[in-house]
Amino acid sequence: MKLHSHIPPGPLAQKWDHHRLTSGLISPANRRKFRIIVVGTGLAGTSAAATLAEQGYQVSAFCIQDSPRRAHSISAQGGINAAKNYPNDGDSVLRLFQDTIKGGDFRAREANVYRLAQISNGIIDQCVAQGVPFAREYGGTLANRSFGGSQVSRTFYARGQTGQQLLLGAYGALSRQIKAGRVTMLPRREMLELVVIDGCARGIVTRNLINGDLENHPADAVILATGGYGNAYFLSTNASSNATAILRAWKAGAGFANPCFVQIHPTCIPAQGTYQSKLTLMSESLRNDGRVWIPKIVGDRRDPTAIPENERDYYLEEKYPRFGNLVPRDVASRNAKEQCDAGRGVGETGHAVYLDFSSAIERDGAAVILKKYSNLFQMYQRITTSDPLQRPMLIAPAVHYTMGGLWVDYNLMTTIPGLFAIGECNFSDHGANRLGASALMQGLADGYFIIGTSIAHYLSANPPGYVTPQHVEFLEAQKNAYDRTQRLLRNNSRITGKKTTVTTMHRELGSLLWHHCGMSRNRAGLEQALTRIPELREAFWDQVCVPGIGHELNQSLERAGRVADFIDCAEIMLHDALAREESCGCHLREESQTEEHEARRDDAHYAHVSVWEYKGEDKPPMMHKEPLLFKDVNLSQRSYT
Amino acid sequence: MQTIDLTLQIWRQKNSDAPGDFETYTLNDISTDMSFLEMLDFLNENLTLQGQEPVAFDHDCREGICGMCGAMVNGIAHGPEPETTLCQLHMRHFSSGDTLVIEPFRSRAFPVKRDLVIDRSALDRIIQAGGYISVNTGGAPDANTIAIPSRTAELAMDAAACIGCGACVASCPNGAAMLFTGAKISQLSLLPQGQPERKERAMAMVMAMDKEGFGNCSNERECEAVCPKAISIRHIARMNREYLRASFSEE
Ligand SMILES: Cc1cc2nc3c(=O)[nH]c(=O)nc-3n(C[C@H](O)[C@H](O)[C@H](O)COP(=O)(O)OP(=O)(O)OC[C@H]3O[C@@H](n4cnc5c(N)ncnc54)[C@H](O)[C@@H]3O)c2cc1C
Ligand code: SF4
Ligand code: FES
Repeated sequence: MKLHSHIPPGPLAQKWDHHRLTSGLISPANRRKFRIIVVGTGLAGTSAAATLAEQGYQVSAFCIQDSPRRAHSISAQGGINAAKNYPNDGDSVLRLFQDTIKGGDFRAREANVYRLAQISNGIIDQCVAQGVPFAREYGGTLANRSFGGSQVSRTFYARGQTGQQLLLGAYGALSRQIKAGRVTMLPRREMLELVVIDGCARGIVTRNLINGDLENHPADAVILATGGYGNAYFLSTNASSNATAILRAWKAGAGFANPCFVQIHPTCIPAQGTYQSKLTLMSESLRNDGRVWIPKIVGDRRDPTAIPENERDYYLEEKYPRFGNLVPRDVASRNAKEQCDAGRGVGETGHAVYLDFSSAIERDGAAVILKKYSNLFQMYQRITTSDPLQRPMLIAPAVHYTMGGLWVDYNLMTTIPGLFAIGECNFSDHGANRLGASALMQGLADGYFIIGTSIAHYLSANPPGYVTPQHVEFLEAQKNAYDRTQRLLRNNSRITGKKTTVTTMHRELGSLLWHHCGMSRNRAGLEQALTRIPELREAFWDQVCVPGIGHELNQSLERAGRVADFIDCAEIMLHDALAREESCGCHLREESQTEEHEARRDDAHYAHVSVWEYKGEDKPPMMHKEPLLFKDVNLSQRSYT
Repeated sequence: MQTIDLTLQIWRQKNSDAPGDFETYTLNDISTDMSFLEMLDFLNENLTLQGQEPVAFDHDCREGICGMCGAMVNGIAHGPEPETTLCQLHMRHFSSGDTLVIEPFRSRAFPVKRDLVIDRSALDRIIQAGGYISVNTGGAPDANTIAIPSRTAELAMDAAACIGCGACVASCPNGAAMLFTGAKISQLSLLPQGQPERKERAMAMVMAMDKEGFGNCSNERECEAVCPKAISIRHIARMNREYLRASFSEE
């Protein structure tokens, strides 16, 4: 596997211009000869499909849900960053770049992150032109708010529904292209195989989720926009994200970069029982006014309102006097975990801490606090029945975002020529930790503004119409997909032997990852988890019970396939976590900490992207390194004490 | 943990062509903290272990925003709680011993695909007819070029909050998609960016609605009552004005 990042020459600020000037082009009249597949219709996929169709290419777009508008991007709440500097508070492209690269703990490429910051402003312009109803000031100009990890106000938002509004804007653009006949939209399709012919990506095999048909789709280029793999942990803030497309690409030869970089969000509603299917995020903004605490006395089971002030431990304020409750996500999450591990957690399961608004209410009055957070307070009360105005919230950390993903070069192309990855499913811009409001920015930057240049450049050297759906490689890929489906279904008809459900297996996998490959990790734990994976895999294929048949709408079968892929994905994550013997970004490697128990990054040995190559079913994956060079920022250790 | 026992009568249908019918299940020890969908998960786990086929139902975000979930619960779309999607409805709103009748959203325009899963692509086609502003990527002016009063932005946002779940259609005695379509037309006609295509949009979307087999509005207001996002029927009135304006100016 060769890793050419193809970073353009020249000074940082001119790389993107230089790149566009030197990239190949396809003339408008010729574009319609090419067919491009876009898998996934979140922000990244929808914006890419619409934009490429506008440019004149033939596009086929795929998604699992019944409509492109339902992708997981729809649930993003907080906002989207851009370096507009409308509030005149000192923001600039350079500052957004620096915040993002520093927020990522210096594990992302300078050139990519700089380009992202450059493009950010155009995204806001584009979305406003589409009619996205961003929040406005009374004078009619766009409003901004602040998010963690920056000292300027640069986050644009549409109430608590920013992702929804951005996605509906892109969905409008996509709908227009569907109407014009330039996009063929294929919803309720799941990509099960990537087809690589003569070294290049030439199409995919999908399963029609309504009738179970396996379908071949040839194309001149394939773009994956399939989101993150956070649901490997079973419980996360994600909707039904999955790793299947990433895994299929990986097994076909694409590199998987930094698989172990996972973000754990500190403020989520804690799990309430074993039946729990997902975790609900409570926005980061709450920590502006809420104070985190636990009882000083271990095992104190009194009602929180009955515990007097001097018996409360405001451990964040104590430990990090400069930042207090507003330390970055990773620090807040890790500290909550430490307290709970020491038996000091609260709530039914002892895995939560309090987030208390009483001081803020006393200071500002309930009306002011409600004005800021009423929708969050309502959501909390709806789920838990407890009123945050009366008693502190119970909050707990939860898996939220995967920074790792398919390795891509500056063109967003994977190590397989003709296969591109955009949005959360690539690894590109967030290093070892993503700042709030920057995933939406990245997805749309990739889809609206970057992929067009990359596609033209790639296609300018690759004539159209290389393959047909009858090509032998397609037939073989379809057979693989078929065999796999049959294998998943076979246990159901067995009369004897142990039986288990897909959900049970998924939960078990999730718990393994959460305990050994979560916020803090160590060698022994990771090695132990790695020995558990083959056992889990065996149990899965031997015991899991998938009712129904392949040739019909069969949700158990869909889920089973995804969990099988999560097991393989987990294994790569564990290998990666084991190999990275430094603490950085979202995770603490216990062997690598300072005397004050803070994370210690190790630039001398780990300033690289770890890229994993598939070597065959029974062989361990192989790691390659892309060194990270920093010329325009100074590598500094993060400190919040 | 508090639990309840329920009798569930659930619509089972193999595919669009097969006939469907209700099946009765008793489900015990349902935690009152479960969401409605988690209750269905729980039922499905039991069915799977008993070697029966689980109930198919659509869902994705489980946070009330993607619009994928939905079913009629005792005749009410998304169940009895106001402004709540099925995924956000908790079992504490039911009592032990209750019987719940659960069936798919029904409408001419929404064929049943299996059990509670329906085909709502007709709603996508209404949007394709004109539910957007025709602007290509690139070349947009600076976002602050046009000032939009905060109140206008808020009104547009109220309309834009529609999640496309189709509960309004399922609850309308006429099977109309007026609330859904009205919300989109309203959002775009309120905003300055939406002005150039205002007439064409209203005409095209209303025509698409008719073509898909949705019914007409006779002011029953059922749609507004079940809408999980509190979309107001004022948007239907605005749509009707937009349509009238457009048809007059065409002549
Ligand atoms: C609760 C929550 C709140 C968030 N809030 C914010 C925020 O305020 N700001 C911010 O910047 N970020 C936020 N994020 C992160 C952000 O929402 C996501 O990272 C981003 O939306 C991912 O977009 P995407 O286009 O890459 O993928 P997704 O939106 O996840 O879309 C994936 C698409 O791929 C399809 N797909 C997947 N697998 C297959 C397959 N095998 N075959 C066919 N189709 C497939 C799916 O159907 C879907 O259409 C939040 C995340 C969560 C969970
Ligand atoms: S108007 Fe309300 S009920 Fe109808 S689709 Fe939109 S959100 Fe659902
Ligand atoms: S599952 Fe998304 S709205 Fe209910």
